[in-house]
Amino acid sequence: MTDVIIAGIGQTPVGEHWEISLRSLAVQAIRAAIEDAGGLKPQALFAANVFAPNFSHQAHVGALLVDYAGLAGIEAATFEIGGASGGAALRQAYLAVKSGLVEAALVVGVEKFTDAIGADLETAAATETDSEYEAVHGLTPTAQAALLARRYLHEFNAPAGGLAGFPLTGHINAAGNKNAMYRKAVSLETYQKAEMICEPLNLFDIAPDADGAAAVLLSRRDRLPVDFPHPIVRIAASASVSDTLGLHDRPDPLTFTACQQSVEQALEKAGITREQVDLFEYFDAFSIYAALSLEAAGYAPRGQGWKLAAEGAIARTGQIPCATLGGLKARGNPLGATGVYQAVEAAAQLRGQAGTNQIEGAKVAMIQSLAGPASVAVTHILETL
Amino acid sequence: MEIARHWRLKEQRYNLTGTVCTKCGEKSFPPRRVCPKCGSETSAPFTFCGRGEVYSFTTIYEAPTGFNETAPYTVALVRLEEGLLVTAQLTDLGNDKPEIGMPVEMVTRRLRSDGDERGMLVYGYKFRPAVV
Ligand SMILES: [Zn+2]
Repeated sequence: MTDVIIAGIGQTPVGEHWEISLRSLAVQAIRAAIEDAGGLKPQALFAANVFAPNFSHQAHVGALLVDYAGLAGIEAATFEIGGASGGAALRQAYLAVKSGLVEAALVVGVEKFTDAIGADLETAAATETDSEYEAVHGLTPTAQAALLARRYLHEFNAPAGGLAGFPLTGHINAAGNKNAMYRKAVSLETYQKAEMICEPLNLFDIAPDADGAAAVLLSRRDRLPVDFPHPIVRIAASASVSDTLGLHDRPDPLTFTACQQSVEQALEKAGITREQVDLFEYFDAFSIYAALSLEAAGYAPRGQGWKLAAEGAIARTGQIPCATLGGLKARGNPLGATGVYQAVEAAAQLRGQAGTNQIEGAKVAMIQSLAGPASVAVTHILETL
Repeated sequence: MEIARHWRLKEQRYNLTGTVCTKCGEKSFPPRRVCPKCGSETSAPFTFCGRGEVYSFTTIYEAPTGFNETAPYTVALVRLEEGLLVTAQLTDLGNDKPEIGMPVEMVTRRLRSDGDERGMLVYGYKFRPAVV
């Protein structure tokens, strides 16, 4: 079968880009990815975006972006799968290239939160929940995570502040990522004193919404330019699994079943065990999601995921390094673009281009993006050849 | 939100009426046409008793449109006596601090105002500390 190669990667800094429009942000990442791939031209563009129709009054993002990126005429589509949009668009590009029907496909994720005004943010975010049975009661994605966190801490007797290790690790790692939003380590004291947002989640338990765009160009090995300058990174597996949209529709909300199944499927397709994974870019939109994802991925027993952060196992030198360039918490969470940032960062790690954050000898990376509380989980495994 | 969208949900909202699968007996709330357990498409309406206990809860300060007047408010997952979870606000707490395991019962209250859209009020179930 065809090997699907990550031929090019590109990203903009994550943050508040008041002066840059949705399209300019995305085009910057697209052109960077094409240049990184030695000028390889895609035949399809898959855009990932969640809130442009709300915040920027812009639908049809894919069509807009091919035009402004100088790629007019190629296939264009937009994917909205909540926070999993980036992972889902990556998967579509992977399927297209893997099938042999498309030789090169570009994935671009873009989100523009600073186009939102006032209560727009919470109102739009609430549309990611079940509108008729969750949002109508005033539930928001942050509150969903808080419900899970409170039950988790209660059921497993974890200490208050037991989830602190996740944001702290992210912040340590973001210090070495020039594209990260918060490039500063934070102390446990700072975490403990932070403003409570949605009890038991404080400011540091919640990844910041941010502007950003990231792009990856996928192609086949035999289509790479002859002087291709990078170590070759291939996508070894891709898996996407769904769960109920409403949290209340699950028999056990503290098990992220979609996470678990998509990791199992991805490991099986890649023909590896979870112990062979050198780094895991989990989806820490909320600290509790990092804990639940690690448990679902099989790195910790149920109720014990928080200990991996508290005991340093997810640090860059730990047993399973996570959020190696800051994760959602400290790199920032440009929602639809986040899954593409994860792919860019994992590819940089496997190419040996992660600078001071380089995981020594990294050969296999797992990345996972989640929509809501793992209502969809998309997992990819990347490998160096 | 359109008036019709809320009107057609009135059975669920006022009476906590879901479905029971006539084949395997699985109860669902919200109501479902297709049984999530056995896949059968034959179901009958089933009205839940409206009693349960708090599975988890949190308080929301930054509210979406339609909830500004009620913020801060407490949202919970309630485990109904029939075994299902339902998402709803806790109300009439008075000086009681909500806690996991607290027995609660359903009441009908105003859920939200429809912001600037049509000034429409939406009523439905909330849960209060159990009186008995
Ligand atoms: Zn059934």
